Amino acid sequence: MIKDFSKIPTYDTLGVNERVDRFSKRSIKNSSKIEGLKLALSMIDLTTLEGNDTKGKVEQLCYKAMHPHNTLQGLPTVAAICVYPPFVSVAKKALQGSKINVASVATAFPSGQSDLKIKLADTKFAVDQGADEIDMVISRGKFLSGDYQYVYDEIVAVKEACGKAHLKVILETGELETLDNVRKASEIAIQAGADFIKTSTGKIQPAATLPVTYVMLDTIKDHFIKTGKMIGMKPAGGISNSKTAFQYLIMLNEILGEKWMNNKYFRFGASSLANDILMQLVKSETGFYQSANYFSKD
Amino acid sequence: MSRLNINKTYKLYIGGKFPRTESSRYYPITNTKGDLIANMCLASRKDFRNAVVIARKVQESWASTSALNKGQILYRIAEMLEGRKEQFIEELVLQGTTKKAAQIEVETSIDRLVYYAGWSDKYQQFFSTVNPVSSAHFNFTNLEPTGVVSIIAPENQGLLGLISVIAPAIIGGNTVIVLASENIPLSAISFAEVLNSSDVPGGIVNILTGKREELISHMASHMDVNAIIYCGTDKNDIKTISELASNNVKRTIFYKKSDWLNNNNESPYFIEKTQEAKTTWHPVKV
Repeated sequence: MIKDFSKIPTYDTLGVNERVDRFSKRSIKNSSKIEGLKLALSMIDLTTLEGNDTKGKVEQLCYKAMHPHNTLQGLPTVAAICVYPPFVSVAKKALQGSKINVASVATAFPSGQSDLKIKLADTKFAVDQGADEIDMVISRGKFLSGDYQYVYDEIVAVKEACGKAHLKVILETGELETLDNVRKASEIAIQAGADFIKTSTGKIQPAATLPVTYVMLDTIKDHFIKTGKMIGMKPAGGISNSKTAFQYLIMLNEILGEKWMNNKYFRFGASSLANDILMQLVKSETGFYQSANYFSKD
Repeated sequence: MSRLNINKTYKLYIGGKFPRTESSRYYPITNTKGDLIANMCLASRKDFRNAVVIARKVQESWASTSALNKGQILYRIAEMLEGRKEQFIEELVLQGTTKKAAQIEVETSIDRLVYYAGWSDKYQQFFSTVNPVSSAHFNFTNLEPTGVVSIIAPENQGLLGLISVIAPAIIGGNTVIVLASENIPLSAISFAEVLNSSDVPGGIVNILTGKREELISHMASHMDVNAIIYCGTDKNDIKTISELASNNVKRTIFYKKSDWLNNNNESPYFIEKTQEAKTTWHPVKV
């Protein structure tokens, strides 16, 4: 049974906006910048979640995950590849021998509008195919109509279906209307056993924003203070350049601290961020601003 | 009580907006007596980089805008400039040009825009060819825009020089990032206001004010820029540009003129400078 929500903190939107505004005004230069870029690269869940995904496209993405760039030395690989369930086995095979995880979306992604039985079957299929991580969506309709227990029970059931696979719970903050709702949804997900909480599917605008991520990090912090358990965070959607990624990392460091500054506890769900990071790294090495023409598309 | 003048803040023109430089720096422009006329934005390489991102984003759609439409837009710029002739003459006088020279410069600028507007739907026919080949192919060559172009505008004739190099580049479907004349920059930013009210989509023309020595190397080395036009005679500048441009085989164009009034300075060959020839082999009699 979930706890009473009357006692959870509420948020002043203006105050949160003011606070996160400061994270976007820091300047990180030179060697710190290069380290930051590499860290951000290692935290990426390289994602393709399109109707027109094919085996070839996923294999290409896996190759990119393992070999981000031809000439740059000492690059980390990305953290994981994120695909739809039918491509888990393809990705698993393509990534053999690397330490890159395969994450799969499940539970009637992206809308989450389906029966629980189907959602569980979806999850089990992905796990059986070899997924190391499952990205599930919550039932936003139920949540907004106040049926928190349903949302909670659903996450518990999916967590059980995951077995050993890590569970990331997508709140789809773009549909939750208020920061207080984001806090509530985060609390429910964490209590129900989420290993990660994730902002968005990437299919709804707005996707990840600094204010919602702030609220989610704040929830993780309170949970850690109370229980000592570390929950991971994954902003996803709309983080397409290094500058934005840095703002998230600065916020992460300031709120949760160094323990969270690795890909075990923080991920970026992104597709074009990796290329921007690579362009920045090549720029630092050569001194010349780069063109997307010289970097692989997928 | 006498009225307090409301002076214009001269800012940059990037992506159809007038931002201040991200570097917050400025440099003063004085008249011949040494009095301050205006503080200009001292653009940094990051302003340039931001401009390239936007210029790249809109280049394809600008290139696919019909020749007729591009011509109309250029003609519209001329119309707007005509309406603000007095302001531009006054501004040039303020920057040290004589009244008579200023009038000629502004009028020639307007005429030059109309000249290139006219070429919009004609240069393709002028330069395209059907080539004789010895196989069963219909072989033809036509022009496509080079892409994103860095322009270091002429140091003299702040308005006419600027327009003489921008107009042929954009009528050919390129998007440009222009560094205005360092000492006569006011007209360039006032011209940006004209562009902004002439149906020119944002990002087609981006205008920066600042120092050549600071920006030239980045304008020449940026991998997402396809051509660079340099107006001037400094041997070191030309050497730097030639070397850095080679990294992505950027097209380099050097204009050593000092007087842009002359009619020799308008010709379709100025358009052709930032065009790429594409040859197509089409099988026939199969």
